[in-house]
Amino acid sequence: MEKFVQIERVGQTFDTKKGKFVALRDIDLTIRKGEFIALIGHSGCGKSTLLNLIAGLTLPTTGVLLLEDREIGGPGPERAVVFQNHSLLPWLTCFENVYLAVERVFGAKEGKAKLKERTAAAINLVGLDHASAKYPHEISGGMKQRVGIARALSMEPKVLLMDEPFGALDALTRAKLQDELMKICEATKATTVMVTHDVDEAVLLSDRIVMMTNGPAATIGEILEVNLPRPRQRLTLAHDPAYIDYRAAVLEFLYEKQAHVEKIAA
Amino acid sequence: MSAMTMDGDFGTKKPVDRNTHSKPGAEVAAEPAKETKMEKTATLPAPVAGTPFGEKLAAFGRAVLPPTLGMLILLCLWYVATMKGGSIPGPAQTWEAAKVLFADPFYRNGPNDQGIGWNILSSLQRVGIGFGFAAVVGIPLGFILGRSKFLADMVNPIISLLRPVSPLAWLPIGLLVFKKADPAATYTIFICSIWPMIMNTAQGVQRVPQDYLNVARVLALSEWKVVTKILFPAVLPYILTGIRLSIGTAWLVIVAAEMLTGGVGIGFWVWDEWNNLKVEHIIIAIFVIGIVGLILEQSLILLAKKLTKESS
Repeated sequence: MEKFVQIERVGQTFDTKKGKFVALRDIDLTIRKGEFIALIGHSGCGKSTLLNLIAGLTLPTTGVLLLEDREIGGPGPERAVVFQNHSLLPWLTCFENVYLAVERVFGAKEGKAKLKERTAAAINLVGLDHASAKYPHEISGGMKQRVGIARALSMEPKVLLMDEPFGALDALTRAKLQDELMKICEATKATTVMVTHDVDEAVLLSDRIVMMTNGPAATIGEILEVNLPRPRQRLTLAHDPAYIDYRAAVLEFLYEKQAHVEKIAA
Repeated sequence: MSAMTMDGDFGTKKPVDRNTHSKPGAEVAAEPAKETKMEKTATLPAPVAGTPFGEKLAAFGRAVLPPTLGMLILLCLWYVATMKGGSIPGPAQTWEAAKVLFADPFYRNGPNDQGIGWNILSSLQRVGIGFGFAAVVGIPLGFILGRSKFLADMVNPIISLLRPVSPLAWLPIGLLVFKKADPAATYTIFICSIWPMIMNTAQGVQRVPQDYLNVARVLALSEWKVVTKILFPAVLPYILTGIRLSIGTAWLVIVAAEMLTGGVGIGFWVWDEWNNLKVEHIIIAIFVIGIVGLILEQSLILLAKKLTKESS
């Protein structure tokens, strides 16, 4: 197995006013090139923390993260992030938002015309040619999230990191974007790590589903290999016994083995 | 601490904002006039055209009627209050004096007797210079304090201590340092303008959403790009609020400062006319100060709207 991203004995502790808070412990995970990984778990299980660690936005308290055998020491454009709330700059048009990223990554080597071409291609990839000159406040939530994805893809990252990218969208828009994302990932062979709490999303999109135990001191509970042939169709999968089994396995993990969140809340 | 005082400032500014809404009314005013002309020339006014015209007239009425009525009531009260004579002149008397005064606003008879136009301009010049220096110093300082918690913690107590001090209390120090009245007045304006500028800018920088900064980190943008593409556009509305608040205060303070320092200026002119017992001129000055302040504030609100529309 080709080791692309390696996460070795990683733990994350935060200093809070109440003392030390252990968010993650003993995380070991190896991601292959071109693989689609979903991180799933209840709220507060540290899945976003793990994503931020891969992004380099935070550094681990213990252990080490490697990308192509080089330690991840900080954020960088080779690990693009699609943020939960799109995080587009409101004073730039969709085109300019993407261009900012393109210019940063390829500006040193390529001319302006080529950079603009790249930007247009990324926007075309998410089907937003018509909205390219619009400002983020002029377009819908789904479109903003698509611009966020275009920005991330335009950088041709080694790893695409997505933090609940479709969490704030309605079910129909979410399904449409999931289908688009599947196509894009198949076309670009992007290595992707996606945080989600949507079981269907995880099973539909992933090669492997990493299920996290409840926090504090969360870690990886189980890893489910999803052996469904691609390209996947959500309508045919809905009746596929294998799909239903995978779905049931994730649900069982979340609501039987890791159900104590509800007990605490009650 | 800062958040509370900011809110307070916004609260007091609100009534002024209402005047912006009446502004479109002034634009509307031209249109009904056109329509009436058309109706006169047209032989058979179409019945359908009557409805939008009626609506426009109603909208015009709603926009213009209340402020006009308010002004009329003010004039009536003023008239009634001064009807029986006394030392305060009535509206008619003031109007006559104003006509004479504004017939030649730019005359010069020596340093202490100049037209009202010169007085207003020299006051505006002092405000402009003091205010400009305050912007040049205050905005970068605000950026620095917003970015560094250590420096902010260091400087905040000093600002809290000095901010409530009336700018006029600084005037003697200014006189002592500059040995001249004019720079001392300008320096007073500098002092009173700088606090809102620093505090609003710093607050704006602190409130730049973490998401935007995360984007900058993931893209590993250069410091220059971070400032020009993210920090400055994000902070701009706060800076403009700071500018608006401080120009309001500056215009309040200049009148008082000039009363104390003398020379040419609207504040000094008020005091001079008091010594000459030309009370109608004092009333005119009050109106002029009010109108100039209003224009300053409104043009900044307009500017802010224009800039933030582009950036939001």
